[in-house]
Amino acid sequence: MKEFLLMKGNEAIAEAAIRAGADAYFGYPITPQSEIMEYLMAEKAYERTGMVVLQAESELAAINMVYGAAGTGKRVLTSSSSPGISLMQESISYIAGAELPCVIINVVRAGPGLGTIQPSQADYFQSVKGGGHGDYRLIVLAPSSVQEMADFVPLAFDLAFKYRNPALILSDGVIGQMMEKVELFKTRPRITTFDQSWVLSGKPENRKANVITSLDLQPHPMEKHNHALQAKYRKMEEDEVRFEEIMCDDAEYLFVAYGSSARICSKALQLAREKGIKAGLLRPITLFPFPKKQIAKLAGRVKGMLSVEMSAGQMVEDIQLAVSGKVRVEHFGRYGGVIHSPLEVLAALENIFLKK
Amino acid sequence: MEINDIIKPENQVYKSSSILTDKPFSYCPGCGHGTANRLVAEVIEELGIQKDTIGIAPVGCSVLIYEFLDIDFSQAPHGRAPAVATGIKRVLPDKIVFTYQGDGDLAAIGTSETIHACNRGENITIIFVNNGIYGMTGGQMAPTTLPGMKTSTSPFGRNVETMGNPLKITELIAQLDGVHYVSRQSVNSPANVRKAKKAIRLAFESQINKQGLGFVEIVSNCNSGWKLSPIKANQWMEENMFPYYPLGDIKVDGKLIKTL
Repeated sequence: MKEFLLMKGNEAIAEAAIRAGADAYFGYPITPQSEIMEYLMAEKAYERTGMVVLQAESELAAINMVYGAAGTGKRVLTSSSSPGISLMQESISYIAGAELPCVIINVVRAGPGLGTIQPSQADYFQSVKGGGHGDYRLIVLAPSSVQEMADFVPLAFDLAFKYRNPALILSDGVIGQMMEKVELFKTRPRITTFDQSWVLSGKPENRKANVITSLDLQPHPMEKHNHALQAKYRKMEEDEVRFEEIMCDDAEYLFVAYGSSARICSKALQLAREKGIKAGLLRPITLFPFPKKQIAKLAGRVKGMLSVEMSAGQMVEDIQLAVSGKVRVEHFGRYGGVIHSPLEVLAALENIFLKK
Repeated sequence: MEINDIIKPENQVYKSSSILTDKPFSYCPGCGHGTANRLVAEVIEELGIQKDTIGIAPVGCSVLIYEFLDIDFSQAPHGRAPAVATGIKRVLPDKIVFTYQGDGDLAAIGTSETIHACNRGENITIIFVNNGIYGMTGGQMAPTTLPGMKTSTSPFGRNVETMGNPLKITELIAQLDGVHYVSRQSVNSPANVRKAKKAIRLAFESQINKQGLGFVEIVSNCNSGWKLSPIKANQWMEENMFPYYPLGDIKVDGKLIKTL
């Protein structure tokens, strides 16, 4: 029998973490995502599956607990919101450099600085371009519903372990706080069936000591390590691009939007069609790897693309790179914690592309 | 008596620990880190815990400890070793987890992680090597640099009015209920090396016996950072560091045995 629940996005993530067989969660409270740890504590995750849940003294400590536990090959996650994720960046770079799997959730709020607790998508650059120091990428999944908040947790773990790379679920305050119907998947066992030859477990006599590190003082081996990382990221670009297309087949104008902006655009799209404007929507589900091939393909068919983001315009740069000047690409979005309405989005499309 | 009559197992008084790799230490000649690394290796060997032990290497001179000890290791971001150790110990509670950290790592950038891991009573072992200076980066002022002591960032001596006082973090740690054993030792003489080894052993045993966190500070030298010969550095340490950082057990079996 199917199991439906009415849940907040943040609660759905927490429940999904337990069901996905997560071994540990380490976190620090910050609005608008504190329900994740609150839910895990209230649900007694440890009694249900043996999952460790620990409130750390800071985001710095939390991400380093993740780093330590990830080195043992366990399924580990943390969650935070924008300022907290910024604080974690040095260690996320270490985790990427040491090639450890883990899941990080960012329920984005508006910045810069302390900003506001209201929703935002202004952490796009930080998420898809690496975020910390050095050349690295995260696998970035962008849920646009409470259902996807739940479904992307096991997906993020699977991708993280497939590539031995941190996976980031880039959500925002809208999806984190709103309540929707969710169909929950069955609890999967806390069993790890991947190649465990690299994990920290204590050195038995019959193998060499395992060392988790991102350090190599010699530049040439470090360049070689970087080559291997880049090859991994190119493989992700080949195999892991995920997106959704709505009414793109006959579209003359294309909205490109992810997360809650994609939901707003799907409404704007209906309004546009009612007015006879042939609009379509491309919703990137993976922000890294970015669906650049699909966008390039559509660039040959549409008259204009509008990147709709709750930011001053970040993803728009990746769209422009993907279309390579073939078609006009513009940005529209409210930001600083303000959410655009479908009517505003439609008006922006008309003003930018259809005004005579 | 021929030499072959002497070289017999029963006559052996010292051998290198099997936990030490063949890699030569990268520490400066005269530095205490080599001895401290060796003592940790000997304790792991004697307790028979190689197959269960996971170490955390810090940022600083001892970052490459994972090349010298033949056990599983995680390198940690600067100061975060106690948090990394917490993550490992919480998911592998039956493993023996220890950090090996310098004073900049443990008592400056990592103060928060140190205090909170100790306060939570994480069942881990912390080995803290205090030489009052940042060695790896070329001799800058550390949180434990003594008043008046010259470093590259306190070239006229540490002025406590503007630069603050040296941090006796070990005394702070000892007062936390989550901590089971705290000791301050040194490795400047054969007698002190033996005492330091005993303290390290006790700190590991309190973890093995699930009694709680064991913390051992080793007051050490940095002859290159202090711009002194190894012998003079040790003399300077005995005359200046030991009065400020007195040696001996501070907390045993969860009870303070010294007035702080």
